[in-house]
Amino acid sequence: MSNEATLHSQEVIHGAHAHDHDHDGHDHHHEGNFISKYVFSLDHKTIAKQFLITGIIWAIIGAFFSVLFRLQLGFPDATFPWLESILGHWAKGGRITPEAYYALVTMHGTILVFFVLTAGLSGTFSNLLIPLQVGARDMASPLMNCMSYWAFFLASVVMMSSLFVQTGPASGGWTAYPPLSALGDASIGSKIGMDLWLISMALFVVSQLLGGLNYISTILNMRTKGMTMTKMPLTIWSFFFTAVLGVLSFPVLLSGFILLLFDRHGGTSFYLSELFVAGKALSNEGGSAILYQHLFWFLGHPEVYIIILPAMGMVSEILAVNSRKPIFGYLAMVGSMFAIVILAFLVWAHHMFVTGLNPFLGAFFVLLTLLIAVPSAIKVFNWITTIWRGNLRFTPGMLFSIGFVSTFISGGLTGIWLGNSSIDIHLHDTYFVIAHFHIVMGVSAFFGTFAGVYHWYPKLFGRYLNNTIAYIHFWITLIGAYLIFWPMHYEGMAGMPRRYYDYSSWESFKQFNDLNHFISVVVIVVFAAQLMFVCNFFYSIFKGRKVTTTNPWDSTTLEWTTPINPGHGNWVGEIPEVYRWPYDYSKNGKDFIPQTVPLSPDEEKESH
Amino acid sequence: MDAMSLQRKKIHPHKYSLWIAMGSITMMFIGFTSAYVVKRAQANWFTFQLPVIFWISTAVILTSSATIQMAVKQFRNRNMQRYKQLITLTAILGVAFAVCQWIGFKQMNDMGLPLNGPASVSFIYVIVSVHLLHVLGGVVALLIMFGRAFRTRVRTYSAVPIEVAATYWHFVDALWIYLLIFLSIAR
Repeated sequence: MSNEATLHSQEVIHGAHAHDHDHDGHDHHHEGNFISKYVFSLDHKTIAKQFLITGIIWAIIGAFFSVLFRLQLGFPDATFPWLESILGHWAKGGRITPEAYYALVTMHGTILVFFVLTAGLSGTFSNLLIPLQVGARDMASPLMNCMSYWAFFLASVVMMSSLFVQTGPASGGWTAYPPLSALGDASIGSKIGMDLWLISMALFVVSQLLGGLNYISTILNMRTKGMTMTKMPLTIWSFFFTAVLGVLSFPVLLSGFILLLFDRHGGTSFYLSELFVAGKALSNEGGSAILYQHLFWFLGHPEVYIIILPAMGMVSEILAVNSRKPIFGYLAMVGSMFAIVILAFLVWAHHMFVTGLNPFLGAFFVLLTLLIAVPSAIKVFNWITTIWRGNLRFTPGMLFSIGFVSTFISGGLTGIWLGNSSIDIHLHDTYFVIAHFHIVMGVSAFFGTFAGVYHWYPKLFGRYLNNTIAYIHFWITLIGAYLIFWPMHYEGMAGMPRRYYDYSSWESFKQFNDLNHFISVVVIVVFAAQLMFVCNFFYSIFKGRKVTTTNPWDSTTLEWTTPINPGHGNWVGEIPEVYRWPYDYSKNGKDFIPQTVPLSPDEEKESH
Repeated sequence: MDAMSLQRKKIHPHKYSLWIAMGSITMMFIGFTSAYVVKRAQANWFTFQLPVIFWISTAVILTSSATIQMAVKQFRNRNMQRYKQLITLTAILGVAFAVCQWIGFKQMNDMGLPLNGPASVSFIYVIVSVHLLHVLGGVVALLIMFGRAFRTRVRTYSAVPIEVAATYWHFVDALWIYLLIFLSIAR
């Protein structure tokens, strides 16, 4: 770029700043304006809260669905009259119908994977922490950020409305494989419910792209003075990689959905071929259902890293803060996240080993899948060495972070089994897979989310959550998660398939009746514990113990240099300058040195 | 240190976001074209000739890229009259492009190649119309720019918005040329 152009763009930036200030003053003037302050807010912190609360509402619904279908699995012969009063003809006589069961399973997956653990997790914490931790007044484009939330909100409204249509919501599984999902005559869940599902998901992709663009350009462009890339906290690195994954893989999912929509309504045959439905031959020919699986899993696999990477980043930060030790292997952490991002795009076909995939091709996908164990193991090693001999503070956030490491290990190890195509042929679509991905992705990501909520709650609301309830919440959730998912490994190894409505009618799976009964009881207990957390969350917003110091966890990062309840713009006066990395804990006889403290002469000598 | 931060602020955040968005849109079309390649490798792939009008629409969109580039230049020179004319011309060319594509669809349909025909035909309809939506998005952006240019109360001196629009316009142009070459070769 020429000098002139640089000067010109400088001018533009100055112009923009002046405009911002003007805006701030404007906002201040109308502080009572509810709409601009809480509804269509441009403040990244308010948008974070919107994502969090919407995510919590979806989590309650999604988890409640799992309680409902676990009732069917655990008590296949019992009737629950209250079910009929909430589900109507979907639970005639107090027993969930097969159609309702599939709808519940499908919506449980869709809601938890996309609406809670993608939007609720990375939407909340990317929005909250990126500007605060890199030292920016707001996102690169606050308007796009606001639009990102409202696109998510619209997606939520459409998805929610699909629950109330006469033929019910989508019920072909959260992956929506054609031909089932493409043919309304094949299943009532593939009628209008499926269209609403696709529309909702398209809006969701738009929301993710608007958000992701903003996260990336904010991290790359808006860092404060001195905040070089290697001085960023690992949280920011993880949000960055998450956004990159999302921006590159969600559009491919959208293209798969567009083709599916054409198959449903345009009479095209992308995925449909020589089918008979209800005794009638369809005119479609030459389509390939496997094509959809390729397009879906090209997103679907990166999606699991979109879910887990933010949790990894937050856990890294929380473990270091509460161990009063620098993170072990900062660059190895960044490098392993980068490796995960690259590998995420190269392993999608391991979801398709039983589709008739060429075994020669399968061998490459096995190799690449097993390679993911390397960066994952590096991260686990670094987390353990970070807390090793640390001066541990067992705050609720810390407990959930340690819980995350535990579930990530136990769920991750079974991934090595499933990644081998020969073992996968036996275990595919069994409860072993359910156990694997729920522990490594579902429970771990939830632990990361809880850790984040407990740790950054003081920044979000200026108050603390109740600690006693937090500890009860942690122990019930940790023990409960293992009690629910550990036995499923045995069921899966015995060949018990997923998505079946009633196992008690199968001679081979009757032996698991009591185990299923047990799992369902634990599910109810764990669900109750989550409701306790939700009560704690909403009660503490208004009545929680007040935060009295700006830096309650004695942390080094920039978000704790803002006022307790920061306004729009985050810092009063100048944005602080950064001189050091974010992990100077227990250094030179000091408990911690914030990033804003200049290097001492001794340290400068060291660094030369 | 100062030099560093100057260096970093050389690219305006909005332009940066646009580049990432373009990467994202590219991924979507990579999705479509890879699906096309996979499908083409399977049995019973039906081949046919693309309508000739797609080449005319290529000429139209190439011309519009030239006009929007001239518009950026006129804006920088504060030659607002010429600027308004040029973005209007660009938007008209964008609409003309849409019309050409639409005629192309009609011709294909008349040749006995409807949307619900063989997958190779359906792909043309889907890929071309999704691209067309992106061009029309650009037309909407130009209309907004046009509205801004006529405001008398607030004057815009920043060239960033028109530069962003122009980059996007060149991008959908290049994307079309890629798609046309791809669809012509991978018959």
